[in-house]
Amino acid sequence: MEKTHILSIHVENESGVLTRVAGLFSARGFNIDSICVAKTLEKNESKMIIATSGDTQILEQITKQLNRLVNVIKVQELTDEDSVVRQTVLIKVNADETTKSDIFRIKDIFGGRIIDVSRNSYTLEATGSERKIESLIDILRPLGIKDIVKTGIIALQRTRKSS
Amino acid sequence: MNNNSKKNLMTGSKIILESLIREGVDTIFGYPGGAVLNIYDELFNYKDKIKHILVRHEQGAAHAADGYARASGKVGVVLVTSGPGATNTITGIATANMDSIPMVILTGQVSTNLIGNDAFQEADTVGITRPCTKHNYLVKDIKDLAKTIKEAFYIASTGRPGPVLIDIPKDITSSVCEFDYPETVELRGYSPTYFGHHVQISKLAAEILKAKKPLLYVGGGVINSNAANELKELAELLDLPVTSTLMGLGGFPSSHPLFFGMLGMHGTYAANMATSNADFIVAIGARFDDRVTGKVEEFGKNAKFAHIDIDPSSIGKNVKIEIPVVGDVKSVLSSLLEILNNKTEEISSAKYERLDWLEEINAWKYEHPLLYRMNDIIKPQYVIEKIYELTEGDAIIATEVGQSQMWTAQFYKFKNPRTLLTSGGLGTMGYGFPAAIGAQIACPDKTVFDIAGDGSIQMNIQELATAVQYNLPVKIAIINNNFLGMIRQWQELFYHKRYSFSEMNVNPDFVKLAEAYGAVGLRAKTPEEVVPVIEKALSIKRPVMMDFVVDKEEGVYPMVPTGAPITGMLLV
Repeated sequence: MEKTHILSIHVENESGVLTRVAGLFSARGFNIDSICVAKTLEKNESKMIIATSGDTQILEQITKQLNRLVNVIKVQELTDEDSVVRQTVLIKVNADETTKSDIFRIKDIFGGRIIDVSRNSYTLEATGSERKIESLIDILRPLGIKDIVKTGIIALQRTRKSS
Repeated sequence: MNNNSKKNLMTGSKIILESLIREGVDTIFGYPGGAVLNIYDELFNYKDKIKHILVRHEQGAAHAADGYARASGKVGVVLVTSGPGATNTITGIATANMDSIPMVILTGQVSTNLIGNDAFQEADTVGITRPCTKHNYLVKDIKDLAKTIKEAFYIASTGRPGPVLIDIPKDITSSVCEFDYPETVELRGYSPTYFGHHVQISKLAAEILKAKKPLLYVGGGVINSNAANELKELAELLDLPVTSTLMGLGGFPSSHPLFFGMLGMHGTYAANMATSNADFIVAIGARFDDRVTGKVEEFGKNAKFAHIDIDPSSIGKNVKIEIPVVGDVKSVLSSLLEILNNKTEEISSAKYERLDWLEEINAWKYEHPLLYRMNDIIKPQYVIEKIYELTEGDAIIATEVGQSQMWTAQFYKFKNPRTLLTSGGLGTMGYGFPAAIGAQIACPDKTVFDIAGDGSIQMNIQELATAVQYNLPVKIAIINNNFLGMIRQWQELFYHKRYSFSEMNVNPDFVKLAEAYGAVGLRAKTPEEVVPVIEKALSIKRPVMMDFVVDKEEGVYPMVPTGAPITGMLLV
């Protein structure tokens, strides 16, 4: 069954770790849709958030294989239901007198910000779920998107509600 | 006493050797080169403590260390230079990785300031070996050197064993640092599970008692975890039939009445039929390799599976497992036996109900035993049978890969663990001879054979010089059919006998070749000459190369064509 999966991977912050992790995916013909890596508060520790899509069984294999890597401390699969998932996008969109107010309105609806302005373009920053970012892009597309960059997704497990 | 010794200052080279000694290393297999000259210079001072075996090709060093590790259970150690020295070991490292063999490979690297400059004899060794090692390191700071070596030995020898490579830049070997060998390792991301979960083991015990047609399918994990005694106890306690993978041979006595031979592509009829008819299969330290399962959907199609393995990623990889038990085979089997030993009544009734099952498997065994037909040409199987008889099954047998390997697996009745050294996973031609050299060094009092084909022996034949230099009485038996026999067999069966480049039109005169190297060469051309040649070889305490001129067109049977279920065997 093809499905998007989000893996949260704690690793030792050492050179070569990213290659080891990425190598496991490529060796099994798995594509990484996005990847975000940064240090955590722990000394010498980084966290990777990898989004990938593919067969659930193969993903389970990959998770086991990741756990086998000496530099991997912990692997966790995060699901949409039990975690918060965010992505940030920067979009440079055409802006003229007729569209500027539209862009402002859209920005407000999506809780974004305008972070750069030129004579004929605005650059928007927005953060949200993947779906929200996709719909923002869809809405801005008719205005003419000049350039776009997205971060990979990041995700954090929700605190379990005490029942 | 000068100041230096008080602070225990040492060069990187000395740190390496002192660390090796602390790991109990007394033998290393290596080949010098520019980037490791400092280490070799220091090694000269350690001649009495560490025996260095100078091979003739770095691939030979890796295989020899591997054979040493398999035969002794210790970690095999390799020392080679940067660039080509390192790349030449890759096949040996990948071989050990596939078969879970503990090794530490020390490779020289160009000096830190030259790394990435395409310097002379530079290769990205850590990058190249990442997918074929259990773990690897590039030492960038001499302060990390001792700790890295400690970790490398720990990782190589614990959990599911495997090769660990340490890449050491030349400047690190000459710079100086205080030596303090760590007592313990701290690895947050590495802690193998040794003890199986008791709930799972209880389930397994219950299921073993309940099953009507149980089968133990055992692999190399039994040997790696030194669990042969526990396995035998378990099988005998419950009269459980046993089949083994290639890697597991020797883990259970081949002549035992409960043993039905190897399963899989060239498995016995009985083993493959038993696998397909069993209702409960316990995989023990085996990994459901495609050569074992054949068409995987039909493997053990009537059975539930339990799987004992120290590597969680091996469990459920190819076949769905009802009862997974993650843990060391020896420890899990001991716990299992503890539970079962309290159930005397259930055991006797279970045993009684299974008499039919054992009878069924025995019927398959007598219906289609392993066999071959003698005539006036030497049959390869005959040579192997005679080697078995004349060594009484006590020799260490290394093999190359191909027909000679499969005939060895079929016709040499392995009695003890660590007596078959064979490249099961990677299938490396050229493995056997250097592995036999390593095994002979590990076990000087044992008879060590390499059973080879005329093709594969030529892949590392240069190691004859090593065997002669160290006066190792390794016996090479070449099953010489002037063909890459297994290739020929596939071409015969599946490619309409189009023998495309599988004939060895030109082979050296192996007798003369052995003599040229200073070894002994013997030849047998008729069946009558086989026994005298083996007997003579066994009486000579020097390297001997035996050339058995055998039937060119003999095949390995049974054979399961790729993609077919393992019951789809072509018989003789």
